[in-house]
Amino acid sequence: MAEEKKLKISNTLLPTESMKVIAESIGIAQLSEETCQSLTEEVSYRIKELAQDALKYMHHGKRKKLTTVDIDCALKLKNVEPLYGFHAQEFIPFRYASGGGRELHFYEEKEVDLSDIINTPLPRVPLDVCLKAHWLSIEGVQPAIPENPPPAPKEQQKVESTEPLKVIKPGQEEEGQAKGKGQGAAATDGKGKDKKKSLLDGGVMKLKPRTTHELSVEQQLYYKEITEACVGSCEAKRAEALQSIATDPGLYQMLPRFSTFISEGVRVNVVQNNLALLIYLMRMVKALMDNPTLYLEKYLHELIPAVVTCIVSRQLCLRPDVDNHWALRDFAARLMAQICKNFSTTTNNIQSRITKTFTKSWLDDKTPWTTRYGCIAGLAELGHDVIKTLIIQRLQIEGERIRTVLEGPVVSNIDKIGADHVQSLLLKHCAPVVAKIRSPPDNQESYKTDYGYLGPMLCTHVVKARAQAAMQAQQVNRTTLTITQPRPTLTISQSPQTSRAPSIIKVPSSITLPMQTLVSARPSTPTQPSPPATKFIMMSSASGSSSTQQVITLRTTPCGTGSTSPVTTTVASIQPIVKLVSTSQTAPSSTVTGSTQKYIVVSLPSASESKAQSSNNSLQQHSPK
Amino acid sequence: MAAVPEPPAAQSEAPASAAASAPSLASVSVSIPVPIPVPVPVPVPALAATPSPTPSPTPVPTPSPTPTPAPGPGPAPSPAPSPSSTPSPTLVPKVEPNESPAENHKPGPVPAPAAGPGPAPSPELPDKQTLLAVLQFLKKNHFKEAEEILRKEANLQESLDESLLRAAGQRGSDSVHQPDVSSVLSAYSNEGDPSLYEEYYTGLKGFIETALDAFKAELSTLLYPVFVHLYLELVYNEHEREARHFFHKYHGDQEGYYHDDLRVLAGLSKKEHMQGNETVLDFRTSKFVLRISRDSYQCLKRHLQERHNNQIWNIVQEHLFIDVFDGMPRSKQQIEVTSGGMAGEAKREANKTKVFFGLLKEPEIELPLDDEDEEGENEEGKPKKKKPKKDSLGAKSKKQDPNAPPQNRIPLPELKDSDKLDKIMIMKEATKRVKLGPDCLPSICFYTFLNAYQGLTAVDFTDDSSLIAGGFADSTVRVWSVTPKKLRSVKGATDLSLIDKESEDVLERIMDEKTACEFKMLLGHGGPVYGTSFSPDRNYLLSSSEDGTVRLWSLQTFTCLVGYKGHNYPVWDTQFSPYGYYFISGGHDRVARLWVTDHYQPLRIFSGHLSDVTCTRFHPNSNYVVTGSADRTIRLWDVLNGNCVRILTGHKGPIHSLVFSPNGRYLASGATDGRILLWDIGHGLLVGELKGHTDTVYALKFSRDGEILASGSMDHTVKMWDTVKAFEDLETDDFSTATGHINLPDNSQELLLGSYMTKSTPVIGLHFTRRNLLLAAGAYNPQ
Repeated sequence: MAEEKKLKISNTLLPTESMKVIAESIGIAQLSEETCQSLTEEVSYRIKELAQDALKYMHHGKRKKLTTVDIDCALKLKNVEPLYGFHAQEFIPFRYASGGGRELHFYEEKEVDLSDIINTPLPRVPLDVCLKAHWLSIEGVQPAIPENPPPAPKEQQKVESTEPLKVIKPGQEEEGQAKGKGQGAAATDGKGKDKKKSLLDGGVMKLKPRTTHELSVEQQLYYKEITEACVGSCEAKRAEALQSIATDPGLYQMLPRFSTFISEGVRVNVVQNNLALLIYLMRMVKALMDNPTLYLEKYLHELIPAVVTCIVSRQLCLRPDVDNHWALRDFAARLMAQICKNFSTTTNNIQSRITKTFTKSWLDDKTPWTTRYGCIAGLAELGHDVIKTLIIQRLQIEGERIRTVLEGPVVSNIDKIGADHVQSLLLKHCAPVVAKIRSPPDNQESYKTDYGYLGPMLCTHVVKARAQAAMQAQQVNRTTLTITQPRPTLTISQSPQTSRAPSIIKVPSSITLPMQTLVSARPSTPTQPSPPATKFIMMSSASGSSSTQQVITLRTTPCGTGSTSPVTTTVASIQPIVKLVSTSQTAPSSTVTGSTQKYIVVSLPSASESKAQSSNNSLQQHSPK
Repeated sequence: MAAVPEPPAAQSEAPASAAASAPSLASVSVSIPVPIPVPVPVPVPALAATPSPTPSPTPVPTPSPTPTPAPGPGPAPSPAPSPSSTPSPTLVPKVEPNESPAENHKPGPVPAPAAGPGPAPSPELPDKQTLLAVLQFLKKNHFKEAEEILRKEANLQESLDESLLRAAGQRGSDSVHQPDVSSVLSAYSNEGDPSLYEEYYTGLKGFIETALDAFKAELSTLLYPVFVHLYLELVYNEHEREARHFFHKYHGDQEGYYHDDLRVLAGLSKKEHMQGNETVLDFRTSKFVLRISRDSYQCLKRHLQERHNNQIWNIVQEHLFIDVFDGMPRSKQQIEVTSGGMAGEAKREANKTKVFFGLLKEPEIELPLDDEDEEGENEEGKPKKKKPKKDSLGAKSKKQDPNAPPQNRIPLPELKDSDKLDKIMIMKEATKRVKLGPDCLPSICFYTFLNAYQGLTAVDFTDDSSLIAGGFADSTVRVWSVTPKKLRSVKGATDLSLIDKESEDVLERIMDEKTACEFKMLLGHGGPVYGTSFSPDRNYLLSSSEDGTVRLWSLQTFTCLVGYKGHNYPVWDTQFSPYGYYFISGGHDRVARLWVTDHYQPLRIFSGHLSDVTCTRFHPNSNYVVTGSADRTIRLWDVLNGNCVRILTGHKGPIHSLVFSPNGRYLASGATDGRILLWDIGHGLLVGELKGHTDTVYALKFSRDGEILASGSMDHTVKMWDTVKAFEDLETDDFSTATGHINLPDNSQELLLGSYMTKSTPVIGLHFTRRNLLLAAGAYNPQ
């Protein structure tokens, strides 16, 4: 009621000038101010009266929009001849003009040549009214057929999953009331009990409508097609399927099936070390997450284990030394972070539970490097705070561990690669955070004392991160702000996927080919209707336009180190990146042998949009060697 | 189409019903001492017509030859009020304004001794004025007879209705009677200092704010009418600026549900505007009814006396009716549930009359027949089905409902053979009916009108669910057959004459196979069709339209039979009686009319609503009709004597749907505010509120056994409500009828059994088939 009370009724009057204008238009030249005043009052009153009457016609016409016909009827009610020729069905296309301090809405009437009208062929006769029957509900359950609206909007799904108690609440209250009433009215005990019982039953029944849901034939077909396309071999089909999952509004009913499909798929393929399929499944998770009409909360118990498996599993591919399962771990880690961000609440505590899980296995000495990498990636994606409190604290220990592997006696090659990846991962994620928490004078020595083995490298990274941040700040003030917000990090996290996933998917077993696919796929992605492509474009809208350019130039000269091809206006942002890449290329190659992965880290100035692109660059540059 | 001669079949049926009912009808109007509204020309000839000139029993085939009901010169007849049914101010013992408040509080609190229309005792000055005005008016319009009678009566009795004048004023298309209206308004002329008005109001507001909490809620109901009348006085006395200022300062205080009226009032700025404004005249001519406890009333009186606040006191005396009751003051919530009416709440005595809400006894003839059929039809399910049937039917037919009206209270048409057959069908179907409940919800079959660009404005289903009628904004009525049986019209006269009338299948032979199709269009109206209703025997269809007519269509020939003219303004709704023959219509002219199919003039005019009558429904026993109005009240009228027997307030917006429960005891109503209210007819009390819809509720229907109420709304949903539960607590509760302290449980969520959304189709029609399948209808509205 309070809202309604605020409703203000104002008694607006038409301006007196209008009266004058109208009077002039019908040939009355001199109209005194006084006459205008009383005219405008009268006319305003009458117009209001008309509008109020017209409203009645609208209500009885069972419409929500007032039409010109309503006005005509209201005029008729007042014994006034209706206005002819204003039968616009939907709205009257008033045009607006202003000038000389006046605003004007007018109805544009074009002069029409009658011969034109006569010569135009008759429009098609509109279809006649017809009656169509469908089942809105069958014994209380609304069937999912095209005639019915897609069930359960996202908000409702959210309410249902997060506050299941809300449904029975009124019942409980009522129970108390009934009790009170029973006593007050001195009802018999038996009756009171009956009442309570029935209410309780009612409450329980409402809480769990135990109906086995059956998918319609169309839905079954759809499910089959989609799942097949998602794990099939045709990339174009897959892109379409993923887009369908990410955008179609009516998938709510199929969600449980998809969720089971994914969780079972991961279970099987992890055992078989089928990297490609795991990637496909993760992309499905991603698409489901992206669908604005789906609320996944209820299915997280199946999805989270699947995703976490893809992050920390000891082995994800058949040839761990060659295959790029790291990308899958990164991608899954980002997914996990997104899940935490979207669904973590105080009741389910997803984020803290996940954090604990990761930390626990990370701390374990026996954990293999692959899992270690996954844990760190998973933690790092959760945000700067997590990095600060959990990862940076352990940099020293971890550095030591890496050192023993990299510089110590020769162990297995796999361990070495793993340690190498962990190192680059740590540097990549820690640098921006360290840059933030430490004040500028970056001293190799002090870094070394603080962070141990990784100290010096971190120091160089931090210096670059700072330079990059400064650049970004110069370029767009906004970027520095958005970095702290979760949203930009989200888009960042998506963009690498766009670049990496296809590369891996095409030929998962080779490491050289990704570069080619990347290079060749790059220009084609925007033209593809796949969701990654759109994501990419969105991302580039912020400040990435330059980065895209960057990539393209790199493509033309794949090995070009100093490909300084500044384009148009955003010169400032481009050059540094390129510069960074080139310098970093020299720097790490001197310190670390063999591992060109450093580029990724080096070229990451801060958690900015250019990260994704630059990581691509580095990939490209490194791979041909 | 117009010249199609009456086919013999239709003729043989129509006169039969007419013959059966014509004498009985005569007995209605003769035996019942209908309070003939003296100054009103229309009802007089209507009732007089019964014995004399126009028992044209055969419905006239074309609308054109139908004699128009002589709408009288000017607008006077349409709103014709019968004095007994209007909440006329004279019902209340009026207080002399010049008496001191101390003395005159007495008549106020003491409820008028006579519950019915009682003559007011003391003639007064303002009444005399109006009387003179009326006489003047009658004279001017040459209503000699009426004038004479009035003159005669005026000496004996003062029960003159001001609303007549209001009526005259509101339809003021010709300026002849304008002076009369202003004489009505002249009561506002008691001049006060305009600058003080604000003080009066703030004084009253301040007093209420400082009053004891117990009284505060009750007293604050006073603010709105006082505000309105102070404002109107300012406007009337041409203090434009002050009026506007006053309005803008304080209109925000008023409750949200009065905003529609306030919006109308806001437009007023000149005295001249008041003359034609219906809302103003409503306020002026009907008293705003407040129900407050004696304690609160004393408190108010003391305050007004102390302050010598004559202006407010005058308003309270002249424009307010304070219904004082003994007992606890009501709380804010209790007031809230029943407030909202344009003229406040209903007086308590307005709802005191006994209402026979029980059902009429079913005729017993068909039982043996039914048994036979049953046996012949099914072999295995016999013992199962027989039992419940005997229970339900036996009980119904043997015991007379104590609340039912006498069987012959109003004459009803006799059953024809076809009706009996239909009854048997109903009973057979009833045995196969699904027993509904919270665990067993009905299926909903939704009929979507596609391509209805012209706008679907009304929908009705036949009782056996075989036909659907749709009224459209393009003036057409379309009838669809939803069963495989196609719609066929009767052959032309020449063809008919060739048919062997003795043959077995004569009814089949008269049908013209060439015309068979799934839907028929009925053309004849000159404006959007706002109401459609099938006759129970499916032979006729009624439609009401913006053009002011109600048309009766034959579903045998698919032509218009009669155009009933009487409402000169849009007719918003119409419905056939459940027994056929009678029908009711209500429209913009604020009256509902009761008609019978074979008379072109109404039998009864139910007048009293302060705004458009938006929907009309018959009680299942056909003895009562209920009307909902844009004045946010519902009224129940007795068909027998035309009295208003219930005034139900509580809705906060115009009412757009009404439905009686199958047992006749409860009424459900839906309004633009999206709420559904449940009423107990016997006690005239609000018993439940169902919240959930977010837009106007246009369709309501109880399931065949009354366990479930289905509602359809503009918000594109069909909702189902558990009425067993809603009414369950009431059975045990003893009603606090005397005080009207209503505590509504807020349990809408719990009563809601299901909500089903359509894609983009507002639900405007609902119907339960005889087996309790829910049919819904609406026009798809592509966004």
